Amino acid sequence: MTVVPYLALSALLFTIGTIGVIVKKNVIAVFLCIELMLNGANLSLVAFSRFLGHPGGQVTVFFVMVVAAAEAAVGLAVTIALYRNRKTLNIDDADIMKW
Amino acid sequence: METALFYVFGTIAAAAAVAVVAARKVFYSAVSLIVCLAALAALYLLLEAPFIAAVQMIVYAGAIMVLFLFVIMLLDPFSAPILVDKRRYLAALGTALGAMGLVVVVPLVGLYDPGQIPHSAGGPARGALGTTATIGYSIFTDYLLPFEATSALILVAIIGAVVLAQRRPQA
Repeated sequence: MTVVPYLALSALLFTIGTIGVIVKKNVIAVFLCIELMLNGANLSLVAFSRFLGHPGGQVTVFFVMVVAAAEAAVGLAVTIALYRNRKTLNIDDADIMKW
Repeated sequence: METALFYVFGTIAAAAAVAVVAARKVFYSAVSLIVCLAALAALYLLLEAPFIAAVQMIVYAGAIMVLFLFVIMLLDPFSAPILVDKRRYLAALGTALGAMGLVVVVPLVGLYDPGQIPHSAGGPARGALGTTATIGYSIFTDYLLPFEATSALILVAIIGAVVLAQRRPQA
């Protein structure tokens, strides 16, 4: 078992997440797909940590999880504020800052 | 054994990821993502990272996804009409771009020579690589500054979330 299958799965998860971010129209669904991309990156970090025998990759995954938690908290607060003000969850309706 | 378990949990993770994108309702997307995260935690155990696997289950699949489900329930997507994109070509374009990316990336991964990595032959890594003790020692020595910076980040996120989500008095 080499690192390659783990990298392939990691690339697959990241790509599926990217497709979701492009395709999805619901703000929360886009958030979920971003979490999917973060987890794809995490998998390759842990795989390299294992095969290089160095704990740095796992510590980085720990930090990624912390940042993901902070991002989810703030992002969902923004979503609630958006729904309260515009009564919508569609990202196409939140275009007030688009030039 | 490791290979078989990898393919079992890898298939579950990939299928759940597809379900996240394909689901019509956000609630089902969130539940599929929890399945995907659990399968990834199993893969982390295979990669001798028990601490990361436990944190993945407790913090990610536990805390963060519960936060997501709370917000989904609060905003009640079941009563709202399903958000279908009228511009179907955009969805097709996104899928085509993603498939093209995979076609480019996966052969590149195959070209990668794992021989340059010390333990790539599947030999035993250092026994205590992913234990709580090793990770904790690493965090509080080599990664002390980023660790302290995270506490500031979390404080800012807490305050930001409270300020953004609070109901403002009608002026």
